[in-house]
Order: sequence, then structure tokens, then C-alpha cells
Amino acid sequence: MNLISKGFAGTLESGDIFIEIEKSEQPGIHIDLQSKVKNQYGKQIFSVITETLKENGITNVNVKAVDQGSLDCTIRARVTTAIYRGCGRTDYRWE
Amino acid sequence: MKNSAMREIPDYLLEKGEFSLYNPLITEGLKKKESLSSAERQKQSRKIISSLEKAVTLSGLRDGMTISFHHHFRDGDYVVNYVIDRLAEMGFKHLRLAASSLTNIHAPLIRHIQNHVIDSIETSGLRGELAEAISKGLMDIPVTFRSHGGRAYAVSSDQLHIDVAFLGAPSCDPFGNANGYSRDTEDTSACGSMGYARVDANYADKVIILTDHIVPYPNIPFGISQYQVDYIVEIPEIGDKNKIMSGATRYTNNPRDLLIAQKAVDVIAASGYFYDGFSLQTGSGGAALATTRFLREKMLARNIKANFALGGITGQIVKLHEEGLIKKLLDVQSFDLDAAESLKNNRFHQQIDANYYADPFSEGSVVNELDVVVLSALEVDTEFNVNVLTGSDGIIRGAIGGHQDTAAGAAFSIVVAPLTRGRNSSILDHVTTLTTPGDTVDVVVTDQGIAVNPLRPEIKERMKKAHIPLSTIEELKEKADKIVGIAEPLPFDDQVVGIVTYRDGSILDVIRKIRSDQ
Repeated sequence: MNLISKGFAGTLESGDIFIEIEKSEQPGIHIDLQSKVKNQYGKQIFSVITETLKENGITNVNVKAVDQGSLDCTIRARVTTAIYRGCGRTDYRWE
Repeated sequence: MKNSAMREIPDYLLEKGEFSLYNPLITEGLKKKESLSSAERQKQSRKIISSLEKAVTLSGLRDGMTISFHHHFRDGDYVVNYVIDRLAEMGFKHLRLAASSLTNIHAPLIRHIQNHVIDSIETSGLRGELAEAISKGLMDIPVTFRSHGGRAYAVSSDQLHIDVAFLGAPSCDPFGNANGYSRDTEDTSACGSMGYARVDANYADKVIILTDHIVPYPNIPFGISQYQVDYIVEIPEIGDKNKIMSGATRYTNNPRDLLIAQKAVDVIAASGYFYDGFSLQTGSGGAALATTRFLREKMLARNIKANFALGGITGQIVKLHEEGLIKKLLDVQSFDLDAAESLKNNRFHQQIDANYYADPFSEGSVVNELDVVVLSALEVDTEFNVNVLTGSDGIIRGAIGGHQDTAAGAAFSIVVAPLTRGRNSSILDHVTTLTTPGDTVDVVVTDQGIAVNPLRPEIKERMKKAHIPLSTIEELKEKADKIVGIAEPLPFDDQVVGIVTYRDGSILDVIRKIRSDQ
């Protein structure tokens, strides 16, 4: 998929994660993560975000993630939504 | 020999030095007869000192000494910050601060620690910015954490010697009878019971009462007696009574907390300790507080009344008392204004001090007479050990309170916690900080299951008989892991920032510095 604008999803509520994605000039996936549980789950959150981006064919991207203790399923959902919104697409593949 | 009243006294009575001859003029400090009226004498009380600075000077406070405070105002406390600010201005250094507990409102202490006004801290707990700064290595000397019973014992046995106690009191008469409320006026900053302050008043070398309401003598009932009080200082405001209830004692509408509370009550009802005349305590924290509500229904349904409730008294408990469902209340600390009001008005709502409450070496400690206690936890591990002091991020954010004391004292102790909080599991292989040993914890109740400590097989049998579904603690842990994943170890340094003591003063665990570069 191709990012045509910034994509946002999520909130700053407890248990949620706010995701903002934007096309990057530099190649690769760049994640800026703020999280209350970064020490314990930072690596896991990074890998879920990265996997979700790759599954959707997003390779050059800046991600800002503000996590409030979200679970993996939430992270995946918010990242996917942000991608679709950034790509201007609504043809979701519901699992 | 003749005494000064010209009566002949045989010499042999004086030989052992047991008696002296009557001569009131030479006996130092003996109160002379005065012709002033009682009203005038109250006005001229020499205990009332015009400023805190003067009272401090009179108390003989020196650098390096230990000063103490109580936390009955919780987040509404103005006394600690007010006093330490004055002591800093007066140039005091290297003091040891021995508070019964410290809360969010005490963040200004950070500056006084940096400036070496305060060198070390003794407390039941720490919260907010101060707790975070200390977790990240603010202090050279680790903080000593004690339970309420542990502190009472340490103070009364002189392991923790208090030089000067600064005790905020919502009412005090000119001679030092002080209390957490006043029957003379509605207009006081009530905090209810003065249970922790009474220990300091009993054992400190010098006692200074800070009050915003000097009331007429005699201020009865009193929590602190005049003979324990050296000086009285009037200050504009000692605390905000509307904030007593904040923090740990918030009232819950959270459905998960209510679910846990409901399950906890089912467990109590099946435990064998739910009988007519039983005794109970509920700790702070949403689910533990909510338990009282559901317990009421169960008590009515089975026609069971409690002999007494201990605490940590809440408005919920007061309601049951006023309804006749709980005969008597023993109150070391009033958790909300309803409790404070009840202490003032209800004849069988008794104020007790922390030694009476939970002294670990005293036969009559009320905790030892408890049947059931319901306690909250931040973390529990598969050995049933509990952490109520540090968060899953390793930062201090709680208090031992009476947790250790009641778990050890009660015949049946229940620990309640949600299985997960956000992305943190409450059930772990090892708690971050050990505050209550697992062999004193009998049942863990979560929203996702109940586990009985294998040390109590008879309880397990009773639960089975009552058709209460049980899990093992390991099953609860696996359930939580499936939801949140496996946490990586926290980045602790070697430096010890906190010493967690058990009730007898022995070291149970240490809290290490958390690296803040993460």
C-alpha cells in the first residue's frame, strides 16, 4: 500500500495506543515509542508494529506511538487502521 | 525534724531518701496556687507558643535528630510541608523524617532532600513525584518502610527514637488535649481517628501540636492527652478535609472491581469464618472497599451480625454499624469523612492507637482478633507473596499500611486484584518487591479466578463444598501471561533505595534504584 497522507488511529485512553504514521524520506521503519511499560514490553510493541506494517507492505515510514498499556491485538488494530487511513483506503480485509 | 508546715517528722523516715520534707517553696516546677479564674488561666496557657520557630527552639531540636508526623490527612496534609519549610529556613540539616506515611502532596520534600535538610526517611509508603525521585536514586540513605504495626513497635521499643513529634490536630485545647474532630464546633478540619499520631505522642521526647482550632478546655473526647503535649502552635490551616478520602480509598463503580468484590464475598461466606459474631477488616483500594457493600446483603440474607470491624474505617462500614449489622468499630484511621463523623457521634466507634491496632508483640493487638481481612495488592506471585509497594515499572507507588499486620493476624486473609492492569499482569513468578509473605495469605481472588493457598487445604475443601470454582495460582498466572505476554526484567541498578522491613523490624526485601535513562 502507498501512504498518501498522515494516518492516525487510537486514543490516549488507558489500555489503548495512539498511532500516527507518515511516509519517511529515509528508507526503513522508524518508530518513536512512548510507553509506561516500555521497560517490560517495549521490544514486543516494536515487533508488533513492525510486523503489521510489513504485512501491509509499508516499508519507508515514520511511526509515532503513544502507548497506554495496550495489548498486542489493540496495537495491531490501531496500526492497521492508521495505515488504511494514511493510504486513503476503505477496502478493509476483515478477518 | 520539722517541715515547713511546722509538723514534727521522725528522722528515720527520711534516712533512705525515699521521702523529703514538705517545703513547697523549694520544689522545682510544682504548680503554685493561683487566683486566676479557669477562663483566664486558659488564655495564659504556657503551652501555647506564638510561633512554630519558638516552639522548635524550646523543643531542643538539633541537626541530625528524628522528627515525626502522622498521615491522617492523607493527600490533604499541610503539616509536613509547612514544618519542613520552617525548619529549612531555620537552617536545620541532616534530619531523619519519620512519618507514619507520605503521599502525593509531599513532593516539595524533594528540594529539602537535595539541600540535606532531610537525610533519611522512615515511612509506611511513598507516592507521586517524591516516590519516583527516590526510586531513581534521590537519596543516599535508603528509605525504611515499616507496616503500621511495625512502626508502632519500632517506636515503642525505641528502635525508632523520635526526638520531636509534630502532630497536626483539628482541635486542641490550651493544655494539649487534642483530637481529629471536635464536639464543640462543626467548624474544624476533621480527620477522625488520630491512631498513628497517638503512638508518637506516647513515645516522642517532645510533642508539638499544630492546630487550626484552639477549643475551650477540656476538649473531650481527646485522642491525645494533655500530659503528652509540650507545646501548641496555632497555624492557619493544617489540612484539607476534602482530600482525606483521595488516593488509596477512592470509591469504585468499575465493573471489574465490583465483580472481584462479589467473588470475595462468596469466598468469605464459604470460608468457615462467616458466623454470627465474626470480625472483619477491609483494606483500601477499589475492590476491597466494595466488598463491604456485597457483604451487607450476605449478612442480611443469613442473619449474621459482626462483633466488630477494624480499620481503616470507611463510610461503608459505618453504614453497617448504624444499621446494627456490625456491633463495634475499632478505628486507627478514618478513611473518609463519614467515618470521621461516626467516630464523633457513635458511642461504639472507638479510636485506637497503632500499638493497640497491630503491635506484633502484643497479645491483645486487634489484628490478632480478626476473623476476615480483605486486602488489595499490586502484584501476587505463585508463592502467594504480595507486593503493595512498587509498581510493575519498579517505581515506588504504594504503602505497606496494615497489610502485613492484618494478613498475619487474621484467621483468614483474602487478597484481591484484577488479573491484569493494562498490560501488566498481577500474578507473577516473583513479585517485584516482597511486602507481605505468602504464608500469611490464604486466598487470592481475581476477576478471572480464585486460588487457595495450598497451606490451607481445609479452606479449599470448604470452597469446593460451596461450589466455588477454583484455579491454582499457576493457572491464574498462565491466564494472565496469555493476555499480556511475558515481561522483560526491569532495569534495576545495584543501589538500594528502599528497605522493606517486616513487622518485627527485620529486613524482608530491598528496593533497588531503577535506571531512568530508559
